Formats: sequence, C-alpha cells, structure tokens
Amino acid sequence: MRFTTNSIGRKILMAVSGLFMVLFVIVHLLGNSSIFAGPDGINAYAEKLHGLGPFVWASRLFMLAMLGIHVLFGILVTLDNWSAKPDRYKVKKMLKASFASETMIWTGALLLAFIVYHLLQFTFRVTPDVVLGNDAKGRFDVFSMVAASFRFTPIVLIYVAAMVTLFLHLSHGIQSLFQSIGWNNDKTLPTYTRLGKVLAVVFLLGYSAIPVLLLSGILTK
Amino acid sequence: MSAQTAEHGTMTLKLIVWRQAGPGKQGRFETYTAKNITPHHSFLEMLDVVNEELILEGKEPIAFDHDCREGICGMCSQVVNGVPHGGQERTTVCQLHMRKFKDGDTIYIEPWRARAFPILKDLVVDRGALDKLIQEGGYISARTGGVPDANATPISKADADYSMDAAECIGCGACVAACPNGAAMLFTGAKVAQLASLPQGQVEAPVRVADMIQAMQECGFGNCSNHYECQAACPKGIDVKFIARLNREFLKALFKSKAGSHVFAGE
Ligand code: HEM
Ligand code: FES
Repeated sequence: MRFTTNSIGRKILMAVSGLFMVLFVIVHLLGNSSIFAGPDGINAYAEKLHGLGPFVWASRLFMLAMLGIHVLFGILVTLDNWSAKPDRYKVKKMLKASFASETMIWTGALLLAFIVYHLLQFTFRVTPDVVLGNDAKGRFDVFSMVAASFRFTPIVLIYVAAMVTLFLHLSHGIQSLFQSIGWNNDKTLPTYTRLGKVLAVVFLLGYSAIPVLLLSGILTK
Repeated sequence: MSAQTAEHGTMTLKLIVWRQAGPGKQGRFETYTAKNITPHHSFLEMLDVVNEELILEGKEPIAFDHDCREGICGMCSQVVNGVPHGGQERTTVCQLHMRKFKDGDTIYIEPWRARAFPILKDLVVDRGALDKLIQEGGYISARTGGVPDANATPISKADADYSMDAAECIGCGACVAACPNGAAMLFTGAKVAQLASLPQGQVEAPVRVADMIQAMQECGFGNCSNHYECQAACPKGIDVKFIARLNREFLKALFKSKAGSHVFAGE
C-alpha cells in the first residue's frame, strides 16, 4: 500500500497542502492590507513582489501543486466516504458534526471556482471589468485596477460570498489538519478549534473589508 | 387511554423498526405498538415485550443482537431515533431505560449502517470486519509471563491510565455506525494507542499500524473527516485523541526504514 492510496496518508497530504494554503491565505491578507495605506502602499508592494522574479514563479508553482494535491485527494477521499455509507439512516441526529464539517467538498468546490475567477481577474487580468494603467510613478496601478472592479456591486458580492465560503471551510479545516497529521490530543483540540474559528473570522472580515470599503467609497485615493 | 396507562405507570409507544429478512434482501420500515411498557424496562426488554406479542400472533419477532445486557460486552447495536445506542451519554442501548421516554412517543429503530457492516437480519449486522482488524494487528507476541510478572516491566501510571482508557473500547461498532463516512478510525485508533503506549506492544508497533490501516480499507471502512461523531456516540467515551495517535503512529512507522517499506509496499 502506497502513501497516496493509504487512507491516513491521503488525509496527511490533504492536511499538509491545506496548511500551506492557510499560510498563503495569511501572507496574502498581510500583503493585501497594504491597500489600506492607499495607492502608494499597494502599488509599491506589488512592484516589490514582482521584482522577486523567479521566486514569485516558484511560489506560484508550489501553491498550484498544493492546490492540485488538495483537490485531487479531497475528491478521492470524499467519493470513497460516500460509498462507505451506501444506505443512509431514515432518522440521523448529528451530535458533533457541523454544517461546516459536512459541506467540506462543496465549500471546497466553490473555493476552486473562486480561485479560478480571482486569478483570471487580477493575475491574468482578462475579465471585462479590469482596468489597466500605470500610476504617476510609472508603476503598474494595482489600486486603480482593484478599485475599478469593486465599483460593481455583483463583483463585491461574489467576493464576500467567497470569503463566507472560506470561513466555513477553514472553521472546520484548521483544527482538522492538526488532527490529521496527528499533532493533537485532548488538551490541544479545544485550543486548535478556537484558533481555527478565530483565524476563519479574521480572514472573513479582513478580506471582505477591501471590496466593501472600496464599493462604499470609504477607501479612496 | 393514555391517562389510564399513565395511572398504571405503563406506557404505550409507537415503534418504527427496520425489518429485513436476510442479507442483501430488500428491507422496509414496519410500525408496531409497544404496550404495557414500564419505566423500569430496559430498551431491549421493551423489545422482548413486543416480540412476545409478535410470537403469540404467529409473526416473526424482531431480530436484534444482545448478550450481557449490562453494558460490557458490546453486542447490542441499535440506532435509536438517529443515534447509535439512543443518545444517553456513555450508555449502551441495553442499559438505556424506558424512563427516558414518554407515553405516546414514536421511536425509530434502525441497524448500524455502513458498507463494512452488512445487515444479516432486521437489526443484526455482521461486525466481523472489526474481528478482521484485530486479527491484523490487535495482538502482541511478547511474552508477558504470569500474574506475578505483572510488575516485572515498569510502566508509568500515566501510560497505564492512557492505555486503559483506550482499552475501554467494547468493540460494539457504534463509532462506525455514527460516522458519516462509515470509518473505523476510533476503534482502530484505540487498539493502536492501547498497544503502542505499552512496552509489550513495541515489537509489532510499526507493522501493526500499517496492517490495520490496510485492513480498514480492505474491509470497506471509510476515511476520517474529523467530524468527531464517533466519540460523541461511543458508550465508553473513547477519545478522538486516539485517532490523532493512530495518525502519529503511521508517520512514525514511515520513518522506520524496514516498517516504512512495509507501509509502502503493503507486504
Ligand atoms: C480549491 C478547492 C478545494 C477543495 C475542492 C477542497 C476540498 C476539501 C475537502 C473535501 C476537505 C475535507 C476532507 C475530509 O476530511 O474528508 C478539505 C479539508 C481541508 N481544506 Fe480544503 N478544499 C479546497 C480549498 C482549500 C483552501 C483554499 C484551503 C486553505 C486556504 C483549504 C484548506 C483545507 C484544510 C486545512 C482542510 C483540513 C484537512 C484535514 O482534515 O486534514 N482547502 N478540503
Ligand atoms: S448487550 Fe452487552 S453491552 Fe449491551
């Protein structure tokens, strides 16, 4: 039995790839928050980041691999779980499972769709709403691009909905990853559960703030 | 009528029970009326009362598993109103008493449901898959000697307590029945943790974890999603920390070269 066909091995791969994605979500939020310093903040940040050249591409490829592993085993594990329970109970009362824990595959699928959309919009910059241009200092104007797209209420709603989805996925996922890699016991479980919920709320509020504040005109040049 | 029965201290209940003639047969829910039930009847005794009546009527009694009826053997296995063993904390269904119910209640009774536990008849399922897991790794080959040798190998109080907590498992399979994925991670985790935490369990430790995980999959159990339904339904309150221990023991086994190749090659 190989690691990739082993029930626990697969969950460890999901947990480790999930952990790297959570770390990315933290770093991405810290980077994005430079937008609160105005155009100069985020445009300078973006310029510095792209100046790293091969490092940026290596990180992107690494994250793509993590996403691929996570999605592949997420689907395989879920399909196996469904077939391991062929007959459902007529009456089933859940004692501990939550809406978040029972919908991981669906919140995951929505996140995948959002990631594709988000990359097409602000990384490949091919969606129709995207406005391209340079700022006064000749740098690519990330602030104006983002602000232009977030003038559209439906786009802001998509982003907020995606962040609610991320909140659900991670409010179960973060504590789950510690359990899957075995780095857990009865004393630490409540702590990881709390940590996971707090981080999930921070991500929800932090990421949603950017489109909402831009749309409402509170965050301007 | 219900006022009268209440006066006599007995209850009348509506039971909706899964009936299935045999393995692979089409099953269905049947409705029965349980009469003359006192608060002192255990849940299984309540079914005995119903079955006696069915037998008098010349009908097939409801088949269900049971043995000790005192909460220690792990034989009884019924999902009552959507919870394995009926939802009274740390209680097997044989120790669930009818005082937990009210006159006129409707009660759904279903068998354990999981791919790895095929239904044999009515509420009786084949839990041989759990025996298969034990055959694969739930044993030790170290000689432990006789009773006087018990203290020959010192074991710390903390380790002994930890191992005993894992050993509390009575093997009823409620964890599998409760798990939305039909996984046996709590059962397997408890066995692996129980033996891995004692010196006598070290010899087979890496091979045990590899073989038991493989057997879990071959028996058709699912994977762990960390819902923790298993611990909540367990009549012995076995902690999900033993699942974390199982995952840890798996990683440990990978790093022991010989066992690691065993894990990878699945010998
Ligand atoms: C993009 C599409 C995604 C899909 C299809 C997906 C799918 C899943 C599924 C099905 C599970 C539960 C597996 C199980 O225990 O049965 C899961 C767990 C998890 N996901 Fe995702 N997910 C996605 C994206 C993400 C993202 C973006 C993150 C992090 C930011 C993430 C972090 C996690 C974590 C930490 C876990 C817990 C792992 C564990 O239980 O060990 N996922 N994911
Ligand atoms: S019949 Fe033995 S535990 Fe219930």
